[in-house]
Amino acid sequence: MIALLKRDLRLAIRAGGGFGLGVAFFLILCALVPFGVGPDTSALQPIAAGILWLGALLACLLSLDRIFALDHEDGSLDLLATSPLPLEGAVAVKALAHWITTGLPLIVAAPLFGILLHLPTAAIPSLLTSLLLGTPALSMLGAFGAAVTVGLRRGGLLLSLLVLPLYIPTLIFGTEMIRRGQEGGATATPLLFLAGITAGVLALVPFAAAAALRVNLR
Amino acid sequence: MSIWEYANPVKFMRTSGAVLPWVVAGAAVCTVTGLVWGFSTPDDYRQGSTVKIVFLHVPAAMMAINIWVMMLVTSLIWLIRRHHVSALAAKAAAPIGAVMTVIGLITGAVWGQPMWGTWWEWDPRLTSFLILLLFYIGYIALWSAVEDPDSAADLTGVLCLVGSVFALLSRYAVFFWNQGLHQGASLSVQSGERMSAVYRYPLYLTMLGFGLLFLSLLLVRTRTEIRRRRLAALQAREMRA
Repeated sequence: MIALLKRDLRLAIRAGGGFGLGVAFFLILCALVPFGVGPDTSALQPIAAGILWLGALLACLLSLDRIFALDHEDGSLDLLATSPLPLEGAVAVKALAHWITTGLPLIVAAPLFGILLHLPTAAIPSLLTSLLLGTPALSMLGAFGAAVTVGLRRGGLLLSLLVLPLYIPTLIFGTEMIRRGQEGGATATPLLFLAGITAGVLALVPFAAAAALRVNLR
Repeated sequence: MSIWEYANPVKFMRTSGAVLPWVVAGAAVCTVTGLVWGFSTPDDYRQGSTVKIVFLHVPAAMMAINIWVMMLVTSLIWLIRRHHVSALAAKAAAPIGAVMTVIGLITGAVWGQPMWGTWWEWDPRLTSFLILLLFYIGYIALWSAVEDPDSAADLTGVLCLVGSVFALLSRYAVFFWNQGLHQGASLSVQSGERMSAVYRYPLYLTMLGFGLLFLSLLLVRTRTEIRRRRLAALQAREMRA
């Protein structure tokens, strides 16, 4: 499993832009929003949490199809499926690699982009915690969507149609947590919900994704 | 005699062909009578004549949810017991469910404009219905995107399972996010919360009518799917010969 993780990370880095592209997209989004809604603090501050979460979500979505597509093309996915490692484990490792290459850089960059959007510094701890708890679920659900659409020629658009509705609960609790952190309220409830969703997703979705992969490799 | 006998397409075709005219007639009678009866009820003292949209709104909304549950059950049957009729029934049900969801949303908007003063409000019930519509669209899109019918049935079955969990999760998550305008349950067993009998009985009739309407559409569509599958099999046999 660790070998697979290392391999995926190495591929992501050497293929170029594995770490950088998601963050660059995130930066562009955060730079475009003020052009859309105006540069005033009063306009930006209330929507900053939502924009940051939406940006993380979309940046994550953009790189999803690469989780399985390349391995499917060159046949290494078939080797993975026949290897002694259970396919569920392989899916989980690939989702983890996706999270390390897209989720983690986003989390590191998020406070900086929060400042761009006039997010109050008081909200930054809750921003970091919510992203740290929420983005693993995004990667795992994305791996499920990628597994379902891996054999399709025009899977990209379908992938976003399938995956985005699954992101709704995470998005709701993630932004709610930042909003409460911004107002200095108690963040425990959304935090627990967010952690619960992520834990449930990490425990159960690998099985669904592996089932979908087996169908596609048949 | 068990329900699994109907997993045999021949048996299913024969029985459904015999039952279909009766179901269609029942759906037509119940829906038309219920709607005419419903629309001829007196105006509500506060809502005026707009109250009558309930006879379309509530049955459609009810069916939108029930159809998803039915798809979940048939998907499970397909994934566990591999009965093709079950998978085809789930495929046939999805567009009907999507249309029911749209009817529910549109009639709600038409009623909400005079009553709440807005066509749309990000109310938990409305939002969860919109999310349900997104799940229906994704499900239908996946069916049409995968070419091999068995793989498509498998993938959509898995999607239906995951989607059900998340549709339910979203339904309760949106309560957390926004408190609503929408009233609670329209029908309740507690007599104090029930709507007046004048409206209730036509509503029961239209609900029954919409249920039968769904059943007849479902049977027609499933029969079409089975015939299409047979045609494809015949063509494949001819190609091989």
